[in-house]
Order: sequence, then structure tokens, then C-alpha cells
Amino acid sequence: MHEMGIVLHLAKTLDETAEEENLTKIGSVTLQVGEVSGIMTDLFTDCWNYFRGRHKALTECELILETIPAVTYCEGCGKTYPTVPQGRQCPHCGSWETWLKQGNECIIKEIEAE
Amino acid sequence: MKVIQVDRFISDANDKDAAKLREDLKAKGVLFLNLMSSPGSGKTTFLSRTLQDLKDLRLAVMEADIASTVDAERIAALGARSIQVHTGGMCHMDAGMTGAALETLGTDELDVIFLENVGNLICPAEFDTGAHKNVMILSVPEGDDKPLKYPLMFQQSDVLIVSKIDALPYFNFDLDKCRERALRLNPDIRIFPVSAKTGEGMEEWENWLREAREKNTSSVTAAP
Repeated sequence: MHEMGIVLHLAKTLDETAEEENLTKIGSVTLQVGEVSGIMTDLFTDCWNYFRGRHKALTECELILETIPAVTYCEGCGKTYPTVPQGRQCPHCGSWETWLKQGNECIIKEIEAE
Repeated sequence: MKVIQVDRFISDANDKDAAKLREDLKAKGVLFLNLMSSPGSGKTTFLSRTLQDLKDLRLAVMEADIASTVDAERIAALGARSIQVHTGGMCHMDAGMTGAALETLGTDELDVIFLENVGNLICPAEFDTGAHKNVMILSVPEGDDKPLKYPLMFQQSDVLIVSKIDALPYFNFDLDKCRERALRLNPDIRIFPVSAKTGEGMEEWENWLREAREKNTSSVTAAP
């Protein structure tokens, strides 16, 4: 039920946006989903399609997903590397002093609405 | 239809609710702690011991589970105010859920409220519940490798309780390795090895709790 919970969060934030912008209908929402955000995109889409029919203003709202690749930065050598195949240890210098630069976010980029 | 740039995190509405809860509770002088761990790590036993030891503080517990009321009954039997929340199958709590539960529980005449989150080391770490501090429990039988497997949980926690240390002689659990792995992920994490059964280590944790409560009423605390 993890993805369903995220759908509810998305709907709540969209409701707020609709109220602020005086919108009555949202036709599509474009999400940027990080590669290591923990969201299973196919399950997420299924949950969305189930949910939107039950929520005013979102009934016809298409979900468009864009992936943000996960990138880790190394404090040791200042280089970046792709997170998914490498993990926490830097493949360039072997340092563990690394942090995720991008890839765990889930951002509402834009909506089409009236 | 027009295109509107939104650029908001999906959890924006939740984060706002959480920040408001945090402020409201702080204004009332109530410390709200989010307790997270795997199922069976001894959360309820640990809490029971804490409640018994800190009789001078007014403590309450919010139990979040998918089903049953066994945990809330155990806490109520100790005389503490408690509420059982059923998450409807959901694997974590969010600020909307804690907010509704706090309203039913009532926050007057309390010093500390514990949220015993759904037993799960993964997504409870991803959602702001409105708590002032996150506390996680890792029990000795689970193994010292858990920081490697569930990094976000260790990164998001202010406190790591290593529970069931009375069982250390029976398991290959290396406390130093566990400490090193947790600190690598989160240099600021406070680590308290405890046994709720024998009482070992409980005093250090309880001193931290008293201090956190005092700080929460006098200065601004960071969001989890």
C-alpha cells in the first residue's frame, strides 16, 4: 500500500494548488521521479488510475512520469558517479564520504488545467 | 487548458501539516517523538519500561498498526493515556493521520507523546509525521548490518536505540560495527544500547528524553 499513500499525498498537494490557482479541472500532471525514490512507477500508475476516478477535479487527469537519474557526489575526489550500479562507495577513489546529489526526489513539475 | 509550472514536492501538503503540528505542540510544551523500527524489535516493551521509569512526566502513546489493539491495551494497562490508530493497510503514518489521532487523544496536560509507528524500517522514514524528533530501535537479533540495508532510516533518526542487549551473548551482533555503520550514515545520531528487560542503559536514554523535552519548550528544534 506504499504507492497508494503517495498517491494520496500527490492528490492533497494538487488540491492545494487547484485552490490557490482557482482551477476546476486538471487534465494532466507531470511528475519527476528519482531513480532511488523507492517508487515503483507501474504500481504507482495503477494506484493513480484507481484513485483519480474517485476524486473530483482529477477524474480525467493523466499521469506523466519522468525519471531523474540518481547521481552521487564524492567528497574525497570531487567527482560524481551513477548511484544505482555503484552504491555508497566511490568507484573513482574508494572513499565512503559520499552523498546523494539527486535521485530520491518526487516533484510535481507541471499540470495542465483549467 | 493551460500549462502551470508547479515545482512542488509531492509531499508538500503533508510537510506543511507536519510543520504546523510541530509548532502547535511546541507552543503547548509537548514533545512529540516518532518511534520507528521493525516488527518485533521490542518497541512496546521499551516504551512500557520508559513509562514506568518516568512517572513524574505526563506521557501518552499513539499506537499505529494495521490491525489489533494489543499494543494500546498494554500501554493503557500501565495507566498512560493511549490511542490505537489503524492505518487501513497503509505501511506508514503521515501528518494528516497523526493530526487526527492527536485531536482524539487530546494534547492538554501532557509532557511527551510517543508515536509508535507501523513496524517497518523503510517508508516510515520518508514521511514527516510532525514529530520533533525521530527515534529508531534496532534489536540485537536483527543484526548489525541493518544500517547498510536501510540507510534512510538511520539518516532520518536523531536517536538509535539498540535494544535487547541482554541477548548479546547469544547473537553475532557487533555493537562497535553497528555504531560505526550508523555514524557513517549520520554523524549526529545519538546511540543508546539498552535492555528494557534488565533496565541496563535505560537511564542514559531517559536523561536524553528529559533534556529533549526541556529544550523543546525553550528553543526551536529542527524538522526531521
